[in-house]
Amino acid sequence: MPARAELLLEIADDELILGWRDSEWTGIAPFLEEDVAFSSIAQNEIGHARALYELAARELGTTADELAFDRQPDEYRCSGLVELRLPEWERTIARHVLYEQAEAERLARLKECGDAELAGLAAKIDREEAYHRLHAEMWHARLEGEPRYEAALEELRPLVEERNGHSPELQELWDVMTSVRRSQPAGTTW
Amino acid sequence: MIYEVFRQERKGQPFQHAGSIEAADERFAEAYAREQYGRRGESVALWVVERGSIMRIDEFVDELNRNYHRVDGYPLKEKLKEARERAGTSRAPAGDR
Repeated sequence: MPARAELLLEIADDELILGWRDSEWTGIAPFLEEDVAFSSIAQNEIGHARALYELAARELGTTADELAFDRQPDEYRCSGLVELRLPEWERTIARHVLYEQAEAERLARLKECGDAELAGLAAKIDREEAYHRLHAEMWHARLEGEPRYEAALEELRPLVEERNGHSPELQELWDVMTSVRRSQPAGTTW
Repeated sequence: MIYEVFRQERKGQPFQHAGSIEAADERFAEAYAREQYGRRGESVALWVVERGSIMRIDEFVDELNRNYHRVDGYPLKEKLKEARERAGTSRAPAGDR
């Protein structure tokens, strides 16, 4: 696979899987305002994934949907950080903070890369991520020094760049995420 | 804390109450206000103010029921009818109302 497509898939998979995990808070976040805000962040991440998959799909001669949902779990290139199911709010916020930091660095690099198409998309994504960072930073300021939050940061930090193999939790997520698509009767299209 | 949010739909228009949000402090209030009232291009500006900072007035004394102080104190329709009867014209010409 061309290096550019590999990079696009790595970022797109991060955004798609994190979007799915964050959306698990929809309806059950600690309070209503946060429910709205965090669900909207989840939706943004999946929107970013879509744009990145579309770029990759053009290069690979396929479609965004096929890249997002028709690959096997071990073909996903997402980091160990995003695939975990985190039913504790402080761990979710720790992941959010770590991800936004890493994402900011990655987007800064991409905006400077020689590939105009990719740099343009990175700039577009970064304008939305600015609000995610605002959200992550305010939560960080609120929870900083809380033992459970600090422990979660320590626990999750090594996973940010962990891309060798996946946890069983990705398989579980994949089962749910692709179940509707896999239920499509043979010979039909959505 | 409860924050009241007012939004301006277009430049030059008055700010109108959009709703209220619960937030731990001003930073959270800003983020939630942006999220709920500004993300879909429905506002060009927001006012976010802690509810306690708003002065509320809801008692208006009118002991003598002086309805001539109010716009509804003059039922113009009745007065016009009476005036027309005195003048002997049943209706005002169309467009002269």
